[in-house]
Amino acid sequence: METLTPRDDRQVLEAVAWAAASERPLEVRAGASKLGLGRPVDGDHTLDVSGLNALGLYEPEELVVSAQPGIGLATLERELAAAGQMLAFEPPDLGPLYGGAPGGATLGGVIACNLSGPRRVKDGAARDHLLGIAAVSGRGEAFKSGGRVVKNVTGYDLSKLMAGSFGTLAVFTELTVRALPRPEDTATVAVSGLGDAEALAALAAVLATPYEVAGAAHLPAAVADRIAPAALAPAGLPVTLVRLEGFAPSVAYRAERLVALLAARPGGGTVVRLDAAASRVLWLAIRDVSPFALSPGGDVPAGPPVWKLSIAADRAAAAVARIAQAVPVEAIYDWGGALVWLRLGDGGALPAGVADDAGARMVRGALGGAGHATLVRASAMVRAAVPVFPVQPGPLADLTLRVKQNFDTRRILNPGRMYADA
Amino acid sequence: MKMPAPDQAVIARRREIVAALRRIVAADAVIDREDAMRVYEADGLTAYRQLPMIVVLPETTAEVAAVMRYCFDANVKVVARGAGTSLSGGALPLADGIVLGLARLNKILSVNYETRTATVQPGVTNLAVTQAVEHRGFYYAPDPSSQIACTIGGNIAENSGGVHCLKYGLTTNNVLGLEVVLITGEVVRLGGEMLEAEGYDLIGVLTGSEGLLGVVTEVTVRLLPKPEVARALLLGFPSSEQAGDCVAGVIGGGIIPAGMEMMDGPAIRAAEDFVHAGYPLDVEALLIVELDGPEAEVADLIARVEAIARHCGAVNVRASASDEERARFWAGRKAAFPAAGRLSPDYYVMDGTIPRKQLAHVLRRIAEMSETFGLRVANVFHAGDGNLHPLILYDANQPGELETAERFGAEILKLCVSVGGVLTGEHGVGVEKRDLMPVQYTEVDLDQQQRLKCAFDPHGLLNPGKMFPVLHRCAELGRMHVHGGQLPFPDLPRF
Ligand SMILES: Cc1cc2nc3c(=O)[nH]c(=O)nc-3n(C[C@H](O)[C@H](O)[C@H](O)COP(=O)(O)OP(=O)(O)OC[C@H]3O[C@@H](n4cnc5c(N)ncnc54)[C@H](O)[C@@H]3O)c2cc1C
Repeated sequence: METLTPRDDRQVLEAVAWAAASERPLEVRAGASKLGLGRPVDGDHTLDVSGLNALGLYEPEELVVSAQPGIGLATLERELAAAGQMLAFEPPDLGPLYGGAPGGATLGGVIACNLSGPRRVKDGAARDHLLGIAAVSGRGEAFKSGGRVVKNVTGYDLSKLMAGSFGTLAVFTELTVRALPRPEDTATVAVSGLGDAEALAALAAVLATPYEVAGAAHLPAAVADRIAPAALAPAGLPVTLVRLEGFAPSVAYRAERLVALLAARPGGGTVVRLDAAASRVLWLAIRDVSPFALSPGGDVPAGPPVWKLSIAADRAAAAVARIAQAVPVEAIYDWGGALVWLRLGDGGALPAGVADDAGARMVRGALGGAGHATLVRASAMVRAAVPVFPVQPGPLADLTLRVKQNFDTRRILNPGRMYADA
Repeated sequence: MKMPAPDQAVIARRREIVAALRRIVAADAVIDREDAMRVYEADGLTAYRQLPMIVVLPETTAEVAAVMRYCFDANVKVVARGAGTSLSGGALPLADGIVLGLARLNKILSVNYETRTATVQPGVTNLAVTQAVEHRGFYYAPDPSSQIACTIGGNIAENSGGVHCLKYGLTTNNVLGLEVVLITGEVVRLGGEMLEAEGYDLIGVLTGSEGLLGVVTEVTVRLLPKPEVARALLLGFPSSEQAGDCVAGVIGGGIIPAGMEMMDGPAIRAAEDFVHAGYPLDVEALLIVELDGPEAEVADLIARVEAIARHCGAVNVRASASDEERARFWAGRKAAFPAAGRLSPDYYVMDGTIPRKQLAHVLRRIAEMSETFGLRVANVFHAGDGNLHPLILYDANQPGELETAERFGAEILKLCVSVGGVLTGEHGVGVEKRDLMPVQYTEVDLDQQQRLKCAFDPHGLLNPGKMFPVLHRCAELGRMHVHGGQLPFPDLPRF
C-alpha cells in the first residue's frame, strides 16, 4: 500500500492511467476528513490529491471561482469573504463527526459527497452550485464538463453526475463553483417547547411564507441542551429555529413577522430573536452536526451509529417516532425536517436485533417509502457488511452499475465505496 | 443538416409495427395517416421538417413502458415529444422512428403544501403548474417565455430557463423527483418529495438530456411562495456598454434581482410596435430589472438599482407602480420573439451564454458580423446571467438566406465560446448546434458524454441524430486501450 501524491493534473492523469492499466484500485482522498463516510474501499494504493490545492481564477464580479480539489474549505471561504462573497450551499465540516480535527474539509471532498448545509432550503445543494469540472475518469481520460457560466445546457451535465459520486467515477482536478454575495445581516427566530411533529408543522408554515427562510431546524431537548444558548430555552425543552438573512432592514422586518406568526401557533412557548453573532455560532453547530461529534482520539473509534435521513418533511417526525420505539435515539432536524441526523442509542450497548446491523433494517423499514437512509457513521466492519447507501431496486441498481462501468471500466476508483459491486 | 441514414429495413416493417403498437395502446393513439402526422413534422426550429414513421400517444406510464419495450426489441427509434416548442430541433422526427407524444399524460397528480412540491405528468404545461397552486400563494419558478404551451417533460429534457432563473434557478435547480422509462421498458423512480435523491445524481443528468437517455413520465417540482411584493424598473441607456456596466454594477453591489433582462434598439422598437409596452424609443439599450421580497426591501433595492443605473448613464428610469404596470414592462420582453417575427418573414433565435463582462464586446462583434453577412439582428438577453438571444432576421424564400443565417449564427456561437462562454444556455443542442459541439468540447470530453449515453441507451435508439456530431458505437467506446503495467512516472511523488 503506497500513497501517490500528485502535484498537478498531469500527474493525476498519469497515476490513474497507471492504476487502470495495472488494475490497482485506488482509494482517492483529499482532506481525509470523511473517510468514514461510505463503505471501506478495497484500495491497493492511495491517491492523495491534497497537493492540488491552488485557488484558480476567481472573478467576484462574475460570481464564480475555480479551484483545485485539495483546497481547504477554510482557505477558499476566506478568499471569498475578502470579496464579500461565500459558498451559498454552506458546506459542512464533518471531520469532528468522525473524531477528527475541524478544518480538514476540502472543496473536492464536499463536492464529491454533495454535502450541503442548512441554507439548502433556500439556495440549493452543493450540486446546484457546481458549474464545471475538469477530471480524470477511471479509464484514465482527462476531460472537462460544464464551464464558468450558470446557464449552460451544452450536452449532459456531467458535473452533477460527478458531484455526489464519492470519487467512484472520476477524480476532480479542478472545480468551478458559484460565489454569491454574503448577506449583510442574519438573525434567528426561535420558539421553545414544541414536540417534533408540531415543530415540523410550524417550520412548514414558516417555509410557506414569502420571508425567504435560510435555515429551518428543530432540536429536540437533549440536543438543544448541548448547543442552544441558554437565552433560547430553559434546559430540558426542545427548540425550533428559523434563520433569516439579507439586507438589515429586511431581516428586521421579516423577523418581526415570523415572531408574530410563531407566537400565534398553539403549543409553543416563548418566541425569542437571536442576534447575528449568536445565530452564526448556532447554525455552524447544526451545519456540522456538532452534537454528534466524537471527541478526538476517543476509545470507541466509530462511536454510536449515525444515520442521515433524506425524507419528505411532513413524514419525518412519524418516522423518527417509529425508530425511537425500537431504540433510544437523538435527532437533529434540518431543512424543515427533510434532513434528519439520527444518533442511535444512549451510549450503552444497542439492543439485540439492532446492534448487528447498526439498525439498518429497522431504520429503513421505519421510513415507509417516504425517504431513504444513509449510514454515515459506523465501524468499518459494520460498514463493510451493511449497505451504507440506500439499497436500490433492480433496474436502478443495474443502471448505477452500467454508469460505473462506463466511467471506471476496471473498477479502480474507490471500488466498493458506494456499493459492494460498484 | 445531415441526419443519420434511415434504416430501410425498419421502414419496410412499418405496417407490422403499427399493428403491434395498436395492441399496446388504444387504436386511436397510433397515428399513421400522413395528413394526421403532418403536425408532428417539425418543432419550434421550423427550418427542419421530417415526417415521422408513426406517432404514438400513450396515456399511462405502463403504456409508455410497453411501447419502449416493444421498440427496444424491434429495434425501432424513439423521439419523445412534449409540445414541440423546442428551438433546437430536439423533437425533430425521424423517417425510421416513432414520435412518442406525451401530451395525453397531462394530469397534476398531487400537490403537497407541507413539502411545497407538486407531482405532475410530463404533458402538463409549465404554466398549468403555477395555475394549480397560485390560489394558495405558490408558484413554479422557471418560467420560459413559451410557458403557456411548453410541457414540464420538455422543460426537463431541455433544462429550460426563464426570466426568473437569475434568482430562483433553472429547471435543474427546481426538480426533486422523476419517474423515467428506460429504453428497455424498465421504470426507475428517482428522488421525490424530499430534497435529496440517493445514489448517482441521475436527475441531474436526465435534466437537459434532450430525450436521449429516457422518457420522463412523472416529475416532482419544488414550489415557491410568491414574494410579498415584486416591482420592475425600466432603464433606458444610450448604449449597450452603459447597460452592461449597470448589470455589472448591480451584481457587483451584492444584489441578485429576480430578473434582469436587456434588449437592444431594434428589439425595443419591434416589441414596442407589437405590444405597446411603453418602452422609450430613443434609447439603444433597455434593461428590465425586477426586484422582489418584502415591501421595505424592494423599495430599498429599487433605490439602490436606480442610483447605479443613473451612475452608469441611464437616461430613462421608471419604476412600476402597480402589478399591471410591471406586467406591461414584461409584456414587450416576453413577446420579443414574435415581435421580431413582424420585422422579417423569418427569424433565427440564437442562445449562447457569455461571462457578463464580455457583453459589450460581444454585441460590438455581432453588429460587425451583421454587416458582413448582410442580415439584420435584434438582441434580447437574460443579461443577469449572460444568456444572449440574438435574433437573426432573414427570408427563407430568398435563395441562400437560411444558409447565411445559419453561418452567421454559428459564428456568434463560436464567438461566445471564444470569450469563455458556451454554445447554448437554455434551448439545447438538438440538431441545430450538434455539429458545433467540437467547438466547445474535445473529442475526449464528448466521449465521456457518450459513455453516459451508453449506460442508458446502448443501442442508440433514443433520439439519434441529436446532440452528438458522431455517435460512437458503445462497444468501441468501451474498449480499454491499455499501455503497460509499470508506473510510467518516475517523477510522481509518493511515500
Ligand atoms: C416563442 C418561444 C419562446 C421560448 N422561450 C423559451 C425560454 O424563455 N426559455 C427556454 O428555456 N426555452 C424557451 N423556448 C424553447 C422551448 O419552449 C423549451 O425548450 C421547452 O422546454 C420545450 O418544451 P416542449 O414541451 O415544447 O418540448 P418539445 O419541443 O416537444 O421537446 C423538446 C425536447 O424534449 C424531449 N422531450 C419532450 N418531452 C419529453 C419527455 N417527457 N421525456 C423525455 N424527453 C422529452 C424531446 O425529445 C426533445 O428533445 C421557447 C420556444 C418558443 C417557441
